[in-house]
Amino acid sequence: MEHALDITLTVNGTQVSRRVQPRQHLVDFLRDELGLTGSHTGCEHGVCGACTVRVDGEIVRGCLMLAVQANGCRVETVEGLSDSGELASLQRSFHERNALQCGFCTPGMLMAAQDLVRQKKKLTRDEIRTHISGNYCRCTGYQAIVDAIEEVVNGQS
Amino acid sequence: MKAPAFAYAKPASLAEALELLGRAGATILAGGQSLIPSLNLRLSSPELLVDITGIYGLGGISIQNQIMRIGALTTHAQIEKSQDVRTHLPLLSQAAPHIAHPAIRNRGTLGGSLALADPAAEYPACAVALNAVLVVEGKKGQRRVEAEKFFKGLFETDLKPDEILVAADFPIAEQDDRSVFLELTRRHGDYAIIGLAAHNSRLVFFGAGPKPILVNGISLKGSIQQAKETLKKELNPLADLYHSSATKLHLAGVLLERAWNTLSTSR
Repeated sequence: MEHALDITLTVNGTQVSRRVQPRQHLVDFLRDELGLTGSHTGCEHGVCGACTVRVDGEIVRGCLMLAVQANGCRVETVEGLSDSGELASLQRSFHERNALQCGFCTPGMLMAAQDLVRQKKKLTRDEIRTHISGNYCRCTGYQAIVDAIEEVVNGQS
Repeated sequence: MKAPAFAYAKPASLAEALELLGRAGATILAGGQSLIPSLNLRLSSPELLVDITGIYGLGGISIQNQIMRIGALTTHAQIEKSQDVRTHLPLLSQAAPHIAHPAIRNRGTLGGSLALADPAAEYPACAVALNAVLVVEGKKGQRRVEAEKFFKGLFETDLKPDEILVAADFPIAEQDDRSVFLELTRRHGDYAIIGLAAHNSRLVFFGAGPKPILVNGISLKGSIQQAKETLKKELNPLADLYHSSATKLHLAGVLLERAWNTLSTSR
């Protein structure tokens, strides 16, 4: 009963068309079909946040969305936001404050953090922690990550 | 893990969706924030996913005759950000930020949460507390079900396999109404250990049993001590893997105490 379906979507500004199986997750589509391996597959059931990508301007879990559901959507990944320079401040801050060790969570962490940066509001550390509660890091203990995000979020004019 | 194989259809009308739902092994896909994890974990294996997000008219928030209708496809993020909801249904506004995490709230829907009826979920308890009426569409037409009657047991609702929950109607809050939403979790966004959705004297606990539990017999005019005594008699929470029934009952009392001043003080 399973049929492959044709989808067309925009990924990091480029229109792509592919034939996909309905069971393929968006994050696997990005990684396996398009070679965009910045978005990571971690828990594959929505808990760890390593697969966070943007769809039509909003962050979503790449493992909790099917590629077919992204038909007609505008998808942005850590590669796209990195190339456009949108993540530059966060990347610099993460680097300077050593806000990563193994780096597995970092792309998802940056995508979630940038969602806060875009809100252009001053935030407390608690609010930052609440926002990134859906992104797991098993190395850093979060302190340096919160430092890095706080610096960018509260340093904006 | 990866999801098992299934077919996928995205109907453009409700009639077409109801037709597809009649097929063997068909399941509704809305936001997918509970269904897709359960597929990935191989806890369910439907043959056909009927994606209802392309159907016009299943989203949106509107007010008519003191009733706020929230379409089934309205996301948690939309509810969280809605000024109308904040003004007229503060309980829902308070509840939305407790649901999972921003990336999940951007896709998860009100209808999906109500139709799944997870015993630890926020919206079913709110719907019972607020006396919501759920609007259900089937091939034979539409019917309306009171929230209290809609939730029947563990992940069990009044919804038939070939019906779609299309909206929920909430009587909007009056000026003097009091709403309090509280939830205890180990980490923000986790499933509730126990939670309280309270609208005036309608106190509904979740994470406490197979479905939202409306606790009767507590008078807001009495003392908190009396209220906690009544709670002990009326609520018998189901233990989970980490928390005994006694722990949950204690925590339910803690939530009641935290909510008490707001609920019992008149304006």
